[in-house]
Amino acid sequence: MLIIPLLVILQDGLSEGVGELWRQVTLPMAWHALKLTLWTSAIMTVINTIMGTLTAFVLVRYDFPGKRILNGIIDLPLAIPTLVTGVMLVILFGPQEALGAWLKEQFDFSVIFAPPGIILALLFLTFPFVVRSVQPVLMELDRTQERAAATLGAEGWTIFHRIILPPLTLPIVTGALLSFARAIGEFGSIVIVAGNIPFISQTAAVYVFGEVESENRLGASAVSIVMVAIAFSLLMFADYLRKRSKGKTT
Amino acid sequence: MSVTIPARTRVVKVQSPLVAWLDRHKEALTKWTLIAVVIAYVGFLILSPITALAFGALERGIGASLESLNHPDVFTAFWNTVWISLVVVTIHAIFGTLVAWVFVRHRFPGRDLINGLVDMPFAVSPVVAGYMLLLLFGRNGLLAPVVESLGIRIAFAMPGIVLATLFVTLPFMIRELIPVLEAFDTRQEQAAATLGANGWQTFWRVTFPALRWGLIYGVTLTFARALGEFGAVLVIGGGVQGRTETATLFIYRALDERQYIGAYSASLALGLFSLILVLGSDWLRGKKQ
Repeated sequence: MLIIPLLVILQDGLSEGVGELWRQVTLPMAWHALKLTLWTSAIMTVINTIMGTLTAFVLVRYDFPGKRILNGIIDLPLAIPTLVTGVMLVILFGPQEALGAWLKEQFDFSVIFAPPGIILALLFLTFPFVVRSVQPVLMELDRTQERAAATLGAEGWTIFHRIILPPLTLPIVTGALLSFARAIGEFGSIVIVAGNIPFISQTAAVYVFGEVESENRLGASAVSIVMVAIAFSLLMFADYLRKRSKGKTT
Repeated sequence: MSVTIPARTRVVKVQSPLVAWLDRHKEALTKWTLIAVVIAYVGFLILSPITALAFGALERGIGASLESLNHPDVFTAFWNTVWISLVVVTIHAIFGTLVAWVFVRHRFPGRDLINGLVDMPFAVSPVVAGYMLLLLFGRNGLLAPVVESLGIRIAFAMPGIVLATLFVTLPFMIRELIPVLEAFDTRQEQAAATLGANGWQTFWRVTFPALRWGLIYGVTLTFARALGEFGAVLVIGGGVQGRTETATLFIYRALDERQYIGAYSASLALGLFSLILVLGSDWLRGKKQ
């Protein structure tokens, strides 16, 4: 169920040799799609890591009205089909809609059929990953060290990055890796938000879809293999980090 | 060595009242600023698109929205989605429990490798997942002669869609159950066995109740993911209107055909459905605690 499909795609991609696989991947259209996927995912990961950590911090440390509602909202992206996420963003930022038209007119800034839309869609669907990875660790953090630091005159920011941040590094990094791995393969929301415009807004997943439709097996397999290899090694790396830290603490 | 500070260099700090006030309330200010930033971010990123969808779908009134969905093909699409999800959830509930069980309770060679493989569907793009199945079962596919001789059609037919959805949702159940099983104290089972319960009784009366919450959550996540699956189903199923079209594929086609109200209404319906599912199980979980 898991291994056979992987082998088939490997065999198909390598059927003409590694050189041909490389040639298919570096075709201008495929190469651009892969690059677009990687840089939009990277920007998303940076924003998501910062905002996810901040959200987890606010949820764990502060009490405020509406906290439970906010905590519930974090999981919404897991419940909403990604295609529907795409539809939502098109309604909000589409060129025919009020907000989208205004942005276009005032700032010449397009969200839909452009990279910002891809980043927004990815941010939406990966939002829970960092938050839910950091939250439990932050909850169990012993606060005596922070109090000691505060007694010794450390300021808020110093306490945060010297005492609170180090134990959170691992969950933050694994959350970020998960987000990135998830983003590389995203299709449903992106095909709606970004469309299928080569060299502008066509991501790797959308490119593969196009090649499958036009029966270019070699091209589809080659780009698929690259995508799976990147995402899978990221997941394995996250797993390795998790295991290594477990070995250290117990 | 002691340093004495000459008296004249000692500057008396004169603070403006504003700075003094900021200084005194620094902690509260940081707190509320951070809270405001997070709420603004979540509001912008998550709540505003959801609100936009609700408005978009109901733009011409509820009547027009319902009217746009009142079509046999739409019913077929939604019905397909529901039954496929139910089949997938049932299979995963059974096999997921089994796999998680074997995994936690037994040590065997290749265990780490399998542990990594379980997460693989998470790393495989849905499009690639569908494409893999197409390579296996499509025209000239590796396994195509085998299934053809059995008289089953997989590519561009329902079995293919079910397989694709099974693949994509594989990790959820297992990942939800493994920690629960790991935390479970096997002494309870041993006690039951000592008291004369047979294997099945022990499982049903002792282990299963402990797993119940993990199962409920796993089922919910699997179901929500199955309802919303699009890429894999599009590639392997082809989205033949009125036949292999699921709810998500209908939305895609409706957008393509510029039937915006229909697409938005179907999106809202599908989104609400899985939302209620996930919130419902969250609520159950909260009530238990």
